Amino acid sequence: MEILGNLFYGLGIALSPENLLMALIGVVLGVAIGAMPGLGSVNGVAILLPITYAVPPTSAIIFLAAIYYGAMYGGAISSITLNIPGASTAVATTFDGYPLAQKGQAADALVTAAVASFIGGTISIVLFTFFAPPLAEFALRFGPPEEFAVVFLAYGTFAGLGGESPIKTLIATMMGLLMSTVGTDIVSGSPRLIFADITGFYHGINFLVLAIGLYGVGEIFYTLEGGMQARERYQAKMGIREIAATIRDLRRYTTTLLRGSLLGFFVGMLPAAGATPASFMSYSIAKRFSKESVQFGKGTIEGVAAPECANNAASTGAMLPMLTLGIPGSPTTAVMLGALYVWGLVPGPRLFIENADFVWGLTGSLYIANALAVLVALFAIPFFIWMLRMPMTILAPVILVVCAVGGFSPTQDMFDVYLMFFFGAIGYFFRKLDYPLAPMVLALVLGGLTERTFRQSLIISHGSIGIFFDFSGHPIAATLMWLSVATFAVPVISYFLGKRRLKF
Amino acid sequence: MNSRNWTRRFTHLWIVALALVITAAWSLPSAEAAWKPTRPIEFVIMAGKGGGADRIARLMQKIVTQNNWSPQPLVPINKKGGSGAEAMLYMKSKQGNPHVILVTLNSFFTTPALRKLPVSYKNFTPIYRLAMDTFLLWVNKKSGITNVDQFVKAVKAKGGKWTMGGTGKMQEDQLVTNMLSQAYGLKGLITYVPFRGGGTVAKNLAGGHLDSTVNNPAEGLPHTPNKMVPIAALTPKRIPAFPNVPTFAELGKPSLVYFMMRSINAPGGIPAGATKWYSNLFTKLCNSDAWKTYTKKKALNRACLTGGPLASFFADEDVKHKKLLKGMGLIK
Repeated sequence: MEILGNLFYGLGIALSPENLLMALIGVVLGVAIGAMPGLGSVNGVAILLPITYAVPPTSAIIFLAAIYYGAMYGGAISSITLNIPGASTAVATTFDGYPLAQKGQAADALVTAAVASFIGGTISIVLFTFFAPPLAEFALRFGPPEEFAVVFLAYGTFAGLGGESPIKTLIATMMGLLMSTVGTDIVSGSPRLIFADITGFYHGINFLVLAIGLYGVGEIFYTLEGGMQARERYQAKMGIREIAATIRDLRRYTTTLLRGSLLGFFVGMLPAAGATPASFMSYSIAKRFSKESVQFGKGTIEGVAAPECANNAASTGAMLPMLTLGIPGSPTTAVMLGALYVWGLVPGPRLFIENADFVWGLTGSLYIANALAVLVALFAIPFFIWMLRMPMTILAPVILVVCAVGGFSPTQDMFDVYLMFFFGAIGYFFRKLDYPLAPMVLALVLGGLTERTFRQSLIISHGSIGIFFDFSGHPIAATLMWLSVATFAVPVISYFLGKRRLKF
Repeated sequence: MNSRNWTRRFTHLWIVALALVITAAWSLPSAEAAWKPTRPIEFVIMAGKGGGADRIARLMQKIVTQNNWSPQPLVPINKKGGSGAEAMLYMKSKQGNPHVILVTLNSFFTTPALRKLPVSYKNFTPIYRLAMDTFLLWVNKKSGITNVDQFVKAVKAKGGKWTMGGTGKMQEDQLVTNMLSQAYGLKGLITYVPFRGGGTVAKNLAGGHLDSTVNNPAEGLPHTPNKMVPIAALTPKRIPAFPNVPTFAELGKPSLVYFMMRSINAPGGIPAGATKWYSNLFTKLCNSDAWKTYTKKKALNRACLTGGPLASFFADEDVKHKKLLKGMGLIK
């Protein structure tokens, strides 16, 4: 098979000593960047991009892809140990990762996250290797109505994410949606909700600023109130045997892992959605279909596995439209796309023919980077457990500084740092008053996309809402829309039938 | 009080005066010629990460770094808010600071006019123009349209339901769309659909979700020739990368010419030495092989311009854009 030949050729390129070294350095940096609250892969790749100018493009993309991969693994680490997601892609990992850590099972959760990431990444890379060109063809069929339908379906699956009170979930969601409308309105071109004419609102509210504020700063405020004593002592028994036992345990969740990986890959492949919604969708679907549904949120291994396999799968999926169509599938791939142009490469189907070295070298390196990342992440676990034992008096200031850097770096605007602290205060009160945080972050991530695709669709259809339900013109959109209607309807109907409590 | 004392005083004065003149003669011109950045240079981009302006800025950063042309690094910063409003207001607050420069597009003229911002091109120090990006009219290959006559017929046949995708609202793509519909009497027949970036616009045309676009060559190239085809260029001469695509001028519409500039501006009131230093830097860059290769590959017009001619170019462009916006009824 021609693809296999190409793949071995690519692996050969990726395994050359200098490329292997690039991948290793990239993965280690990536895990570290990902583990630091606020410094996600977007910033990591953007900051380290100039370093790659000294090496050939193939080595450079291998380096960047390794950072991207490493950061996906690293993001889970602080989610689990500190309840502070290292990146927005790891927000869903806090749901069960942190409760596990509180129960003294931090090591199990960390191993699960690493292994699930590896599985998600690998499945996704295999799909990428064998089906990239036909999948690109498929991605082209997604215009504004189809994209809206995907987002709409995502809302349907999120209905299960909230806390105990549906009203509180609704309020948090609405606040997120409201914040997503701040900034420049793409359809009319005018600035909206620029409070007191503050320039910092022109670029809208960055979801990183909200996520770091709510989770990072908010968590620190909340912990400080509880006293400065160290968190619980964790058992740091981490040997090959423990790892093997956790992996054996994971076999029970094969379906969840497979479903999450496939879902992650496809959501990641669609432009603009990216790994964050993918991880949430995977989590809530796993929760809905799990036999141990009630355990979700209280610390279950399955609740860590589901989002982690999906976010890694999505990060590979996001590379596909970047290389084949020249459009980024996630914020990080947008930066990488910029790098492609800097190196003088033109994305598109011809890249696969004219720059075969580059494409197959990258594909080969994805396998290598994924394998390296799982090893680095596993080896780093004892270190992170050690870090956890540090008293909060030392940990809290360090985290606050890293959060501030994370809030500053995307826009280099001090206003975003102030905004982040403001959201920290909101995060504190949300915790006090038992409001869920996740729906707010999610609504902000998806709000802009929802509004944009909805309005673009209506402009195209000249105001007719029928565009979303038109099976002949937009079969994909129509199918997805009816599916979402069903996901919304099921809980409501079962509520009225009195079989189940209304679960939002 | 004798006269010797007076003479002495006089001599002292002479020495002081001489010293002053020498210092002035020594320091003034040399301070100008020797201006060099002493801090990292903020390289502000009026668009988001991964967009056209961002790519160019990062390429420039790469060329400058590789050739070691600057003693201080160029640090790209994206200020994408309000179609450039955020970046321009930021630059205004940096008045007199020679360590900030801005990559500007045509929104340099349109945004301040549309948003009535307290800032305009006049608040900046013109540094350099590196390139002029070109526009083409594209259709989906499946439409079977191969020339402008067929395009006009197809638009009319759709009775107001023809869609044209573009980047942003009231920015370059929509101006071009408006110029087209005025020239061919298609007013009210084309619905303009705004997207966030040119890459997405091209993808939506390639996927058959739009009827036409006015993408730049670089944006359309990934999907050419299998998915989307250019039918005419908004340039005075044919674009070398598309030798078979006629210009609108050839088709009898010489007014249909539009470029997107890629230029560099510094805040107003910076030292003359700094202006000169930047101008030299970008002259080197514009004439480098790396820039020549890039512009050729991207079908971009390399167009090096600085100094007085650049200032009058900006003034002309400002007048031109105000006229265009007035023609669309967007400003008075």
